[in-house]
Amino acid sequence: MKYFALVWSSLKRKKTRTILTLLSIFIAFLLYGLLCAVKEAFTAGVTMAGANRLIVRHKVSLIMSLPVSYKGRMESIPGVDTVAHFTWFNGIYQNEPKNFFGNFPCELEPFLKIYPEYVLPEDQKKAFLAQRNAALVGRSLLNRFKWKIGDRISLVSPIWPNKSGGAWDFDIVGILDAAKNKKNTDTSGFYFRYDYFDEGRTIGTGMVTWYAVSVKDPDKAESIAKAIDEEFANSPYETKAEPEGAFMQGFAKQIGDIGAILVGILSAVFFTILLVAGNTMSQSVRERIEELGVLKAMGFTNERVLGLVLAESCLLTCVGGLIGLAAAWAFTSQGSPVPQMLPVFYLPVRYLGIGVGIVFALGIVAGIVPALQAMRLEIAVALRKNG
Amino acid sequence: MSQPTTSNNNLLVDVDNVEKVFHRGSEEIHVLSNLNLKVPKGEFLALMGPSGSGKSTLLNLIGGLDRPTKGTVSIAGDKIDQLSNKALAAWRARHVGFVFQLYNLMPTLTAERNVELPLLLTHLSKAERKKHVETALGIVGLGHRMKHYPRTMSGGEQQRVGIARAIVTDPTLLLCDEPTGDLDRKAGDGVLDLLQALNREHGKTIIMVTHDPHASARASRTVHLDKGQLGNEPVK
Repeated sequence: MKYFALVWSSLKRKKTRTILTLLSIFIAFLLYGLLCAVKEAFTAGVTMAGANRLIVRHKVSLIMSLPVSYKGRMESIPGVDTVAHFTWFNGIYQNEPKNFFGNFPCELEPFLKIYPEYVLPEDQKKAFLAQRNAALVGRSLLNRFKWKIGDRISLVSPIWPNKSGGAWDFDIVGILDAAKNKKNTDTSGFYFRYDYFDEGRTIGTGMVTWYAVSVKDPDKAESIAKAIDEEFANSPYETKAEPEGAFMQGFAKQIGDIGAILVGILSAVFFTILLVAGNTMSQSVRERIEELGVLKAMGFTNERVLGLVLAESCLLTCVGGLIGLAAAWAFTSQGSPVPQMLPVFYLPVRYLGIGVGIVFALGIVAGIVPALQAMRLEIAVALRKNG
Repeated sequence: MSQPTTSNNNLLVDVDNVEKVFHRGSEEIHVLSNLNLKVPKGEFLALMGPSGSGKSTLLNLIGGLDRPTKGTVSIAGDKIDQLSNKALAAWRARHVGFVFQLYNLMPTLTAERNVELPLLLTHLSKAERKKHVETALGIVGLGHRMKHYPRTMSGGEQQRVGIARAIVTDPTLLLCDEPTGDLDRKAGDGVLDLLQALNREHGKTIIMVTHDPHASARASRTVHLDKGQLGNEPVK
């Protein structure tokens, strides 16, 4: 710590240059944090996928339906624990497509059993079961539209017209929250009763879009998926069962390999920042050859001078980088700026940790060449620069 | 060559048969040749000579900033040319204070932080370092300018801060390379008064490189260096 004033003072030598370099590093790490949050948003489904869960859909496409009667047949397959079905409702709120959010008719008991990452108070569960047009709303969706329990929500579905010819009306009776230690749970969904939906729709009665199946032994998930597909082979509605993680990954990859794209962007950003920080450090060392010579004349060893220059480089990247990471964390903590597109939006701690590691690595790599130059500097030569 | 009569006990600097050769491409430049110099403790020695005569090179060898091509340099019995780089750095920190022509202060540090720099290499606490810094700046008459940056000080004041930095560790030897070379006569006299006081009142052994006969007149002995050889100069 006693060298801090010396290291810090070196950064104050050319304030404009230091501020511009700090800003560059700040922006790079802010970008890093935001892109990590975007990556998390795209892959949250994969991350939170349960090892004991399978997704069963129509073999041809997700847009094709499966009979609701498959539920009982799947439950009878050995190793299957619980089966829940979901249907893509595609309800539009206030006739405004930008208000998009996922909304699904479902059966509450198997849904909550298969997805324990959601918690629902007992009284709200009872209210849902007691009222035919009851709806449960995820916490982030509730916050997005500033809804509250008791509000009536009308949705129009272009896929499923209502027998009355108008909108589907729902009363919010409960809020789905993420369970403790399940921060990355997507709480942007809107769920309502399947029986209300099935009786109200004009077409497709008795059909669902996909099934979620929990298995008793995750190690047997693959063989159970195969057994499910075999059960419905050669039927009019053949199935494709796969682990939930693989299903989510396939879903995300429809957009592209988000991870590879982001790694590419960040690599370019950090390489540029490395050049910026490295150039700043090189200039900084070149400008004070005599001062480094004086330090060595005083008794600073070559290794100590190397350490001072590296410390200066790390301090430069730490100030810019850590503030950038903090700003990214603060920004993502406010929730998604585009909840209709990225319902899950936060910066996981592991990416913060990696970011801190990159901050120090960047400092060392940017500073190592000038630090070695400073270390190898001969005192007599350094002092002659001015003399 | 002028050598004062000294007993071994009183001898501080012993430059013995030293040669220094620099290489410029395939060319060899003999800067110092078979040079011998003895400096007793407590002496204020002025080293004079024309540009390129090897004054600063000799000062660098005595201060352990460079190594001789041949011969030995002993300070208080330590053959410093045989020390490792690390040991030599530690030796410099303990035994030598340097004063430079252009002061060589860190422009981004206050006077007290500049003076504190050599103390960072010691095990002194922050409070102890502060006390030493106050003492050193007090000796050079700048106790009231501790928080000032070099850019706000005159050349003479900056050189005083440089002297305070050189003496703050209470070194055995003070090496000054043209300490008044960048100052006007009045400020230069102030610095010379200070060096003289350090020599007479605090017993510091001082070797000062200078071009200026007015400055060398303040020394207790003057030696001339020409083409890498010491010339004769009567002892005062």
